[in-house]
Amino acid sequence: MPKSFVVATYSDAETLVSAVRAVRQQNFRVYDVYAPYPIHGMDEALGVRRSRLPWVTFVVGLMGLTFALTLQFYTTVLDWPLNVGGKPDNSTLAFLPICFELTVLLSGLATVAALFVRARLFPGKKEQIIAEGITNDTFALVVRQRDSSFDINRVWKILEESGADRVREREAEL
Amino acid sequence: MSTTAIRVNGKATGTVTVTEVQVLPPQHWVDDNPSLRKITDDIAGAMEARPGKGWWICFGIAFAALLNLGGMVTYLFAKGIGVWGLNNSVGWAFDITNFVFWVGIGHAGTLISAILLLFRQQWRTSINRSAEAMTIFAVMCAGMFPAIHMGRPWDAFFIFPYPNHRGPLWVNFRSPLVWDVFAISTYLTISLVFWYLGMIPDLATLRDRTTNKIKKFIYGLLSLGWNGSHRTWTRYEIVSLVLAGLATPLVLSVHSIVSMDFATSLLPGWHTTIFPPYFVAGAIYSGFGMVLMLLIITRYTMNLQRYITMRHLDKMAKVTMLTGMIVSYAYLTEFFAAWYGGNIYEQYHFINRATGPYAWCFYLMVLCNVIAPQMLWLKKARSSIAFLFVFSIMVNIGMWFERFVIIVVSLHRAFLPSGWGMFYPTAIDIGVLVGSFGLFFTCFLLFIRVLPMIAMWEIKGVVGHGAHKMALSSDDEERKVVNA
Repeated sequence: MPKSFVVATYSDAETLVSAVRAVRQQNFRVYDVYAPYPIHGMDEALGVRRSRLPWVTFVVGLMGLTFALTLQFYTTVLDWPLNVGGKPDNSTLAFLPICFELTVLLSGLATVAALFVRARLFPGKKEQIIAEGITNDTFALVVRQRDSSFDINRVWKILEESGADRVREREAEL
Repeated sequence: MSTTAIRVNGKATGTVTVTEVQVLPPQHWVDDNPSLRKITDDIAGAMEARPGKGWWICFGIAFAALLNLGGMVTYLFAKGIGVWGLNNSVGWAFDITNFVFWVGIGHAGTLISAILLLFRQQWRTSINRSAEAMTIFAVMCAGMFPAIHMGRPWDAFFIFPYPNHRGPLWVNFRSPLVWDVFAISTYLTISLVFWYLGMIPDLATLRDRTTNKIKKFIYGLLSLGWNGSHRTWTRYEIVSLVLAGLATPLVLSVHSIVSMDFATSLLPGWHTTIFPPYFVAGAIYSGFGMVLMLLIITRYTMNLQRYITMRHLDKMAKVTMLTGMIVSYAYLTEFFAAWYGGNIYEQYHFINRATGPYAWCFYLMVLCNVIAPQMLWLKKARSSIAFLFVFSIMVNIGMWFERFVIIVVSLHRAFLPSGWGMFYPTAIDIGVLVGSFGLFFTCFLLFIRVLPMIAMWEIKGVVGHGAHKMALSSDDEERKVVNA
């Protein structure tokens, strides 16, 4: 269902950061900010928490390590022990390279997969471009009109005073 | 500098010279300070325009070499690996040399994209995308060689441990050749994912620019509905950092494992503990040589001199010089260890390396890898495109011969003189090598035509607000000093 938003567009990142601060200072919630590149200092201005995605890396990395150890131990010690050059069946030290590789492979793939799930990115998704030029040279600040108590005039005024090139209302499925 | 008088109770007692804190201004990595729109137009425009004459000539040569590869490999499969110059003494020659050579080339790409990202080196932004592409194509070329030298390449999947009807008979996990399978396939997969992840925002830019319906559909599919949301950007940057952190030890492990194919054997010239770091340094050296060559070609054929500047080439030349010196040091250490170790087989190997029938390969390698990088001390050499181009070719020749010397010279005279022999490449050996260059350059030339070969969003971050912040660690006081 489309939601209604107030969208202000900017042509440089520094004005956008100060606009975000101004909007939040007046106790309005910034729905999101759209930009052609990641703006450093925006996380603090928006109050975005540090992503917990690295936990996925850690947990899946451990799982990968366990999988690699189990696979090598099961195949060379339990399932079919073969005497190769008189080396012990459980040559743990020789198993380390593959443990490392599988840890990295699985945790890397899982982290990227988790990002796609969390950010809802998938092939065939219809892109929701909130303002023209977002992927080129335009920055946008988006405030959601939640209910009837939303004071649109005040938000509008803050945004116009913050140096926006243009402020407008838009319905979109963000 | 300013001079201030010191006064005590109104009387002048002396003067003190105050020096203001000098902070270097942040380096600009892109010429002429282009606007955001200009960056998009320059980079996307270069690939939307029709390819120039230079591109067609390069592509023609590369494609001819690729066709040659197809023919050679078909013949090889039909006849068996007897068509190569291998014999009982030298059972491993061009195929494994080419394999190690191509894997090494790939390493510079990961170094630039992952290690320099962790070190916050902003000059990487202009070159990382094409360097990553180079990694992927180089690893593809590398992966081809073990497959085609198997004798029965249609059974190549036997190298993966999967439950099978032969027992199940598992692979030997103690063998470095099996480690290689895991290392190379992990490396290829992670590099591919990293490369693609980095391209998503740029693919979205291309999607929103193009008016062609087919292109819009393809770029739309590949960009996964990216819309520039900052909440996504935050997660995206964290994931990039995590991947860089994973790729850094990965890239070091890959060539270490490749070197263990040799180091875990008992052959004089191979059986040495210096191999892993020595191979990694050599890999980065050869990879940077290849990046230099590709970027010199790219900046001319695509008119991107503004983004791939002389300062970038200078930085790369310096890294090449450093790694070249590490490689030279490793050569010296090998000779020293052979002499100091007192093992006659090891000693003979190194005498044979410098005076035997393949001595010319050794001296060519010394010329290209030890003497040539020393020229880069001169600023003049580092700022001459012609010199850098010739140098980059020398690096590649030198590093190919390094692997040839390590592999063939060690094998051709091992322990027993009765087992000695010579290796002479056949036309098929050389044809497959030339063909692998064809595969590599065809892929690369197609890449610079259809995908954004410079990371637009990263360049935008560097020329804009972000660069200043990062260079000065967002300290406003310091910034005032610079602006003053």
